Amino acid sequence: MRDSRPVLLVEDDSIDAMTVQRAFRELKVTNPLRRATNGEEALAYLGDEANDKPCVILLDLNMPKMNGTEFLRIAKADPVLRRIPVIVLTTSSEERDVVESFRQSAAGYIIKPVDYRNFVEAIRTIDVYWTLSELPLEKTEDAHAMCQANTAD
Amino acid sequence: MPCAKPILLIEDDPVDALAIRRALNDTNVGDTIVHASCAHEALAFLHSCRSCRPTLILLDLNMPGTDGLTFLQVVKGDPSLRDIPIVALTASDEARDIARSFDSGVAGYMVKSPDYKGLLETVRAIQHYWKLNRLPASLT
Repeated sequence: MRDSRPVLLVEDDSIDAMTVQRAFRELKVTNPLRRATNGEEALAYLGDEANDKPCVILLDLNMPKMNGTEFLRIAKADPVLRRIPVIVLTTSSEERDVVESFRQSAAGYIIKPVDYRNFVEAIRTIDVYWTLSELPLEKTEDAHAMCQANTAD
Repeated sequence: MPCAKPILLIEDDPVDALAIRRALNDTNVGDTIVHASCAHEALAFLHSCRSCRPTLILLDLNMPGTDGLTFLQVVKGDPSLRDIPIVALTASDEARDIARSFDSGVAGYMVKSPDYKGLLETVRAIQHYWKLNRLPASLT
């Protein structure tokens, strides 16, 4: 990815999480991979000041406790969290999931390839895109700059 | 009238528009491109042809009249349009523009490379990424 901040993977399936980790290693993606196993855990991670905010979030949809759609709705309604790009990475090809994710400003919706080689290629494509794309600073980092600009106005 | 789902390019600079169109063609992905030279023209297109909504919008930010950020906020505030992914493709690398674009729901923020080779690489990455994506059926 473009900078060295962590990537947050929200994924309940341990095997899928290991596959993402393995693909990162194989592609030499150096961002630390943090994992939450459901939406609630992801919100707790993001709300903890001790944790570095991720540069992007990879989000599964079908999870217990709080599913990905619900997490996305809450994150995108939050003034601090909304700017973090969220890429849905799921097995669901249900049209309502796709539409709802884009309506909630997901920055991508990728169906997990079953085959490992294709999975690695999908992660490579995500990495290339989000290395070329600029990424926003954390809200707290630019608050000072914004405040100064507003005073100047 | 055939309704191939196009990429909508919103770019006021004719030289940049030509270079981006050329890059989109040179990758041989076969995307159809519709060009709007201002936000007003783009909104008119989006409201004129409900059945040929673009699969993706590439958006310049600094434009006369309605700027790119305002256009982004209008589209993302419109329930009938908000599921269309919008990628900023701009000369601005200012942190403030990047932050405001992501706050407003952009799905990528690419700074235009001054040289054609770099622009081609950016356009190829955009096309490759969005081909991998599952998009709403109304956009494909």
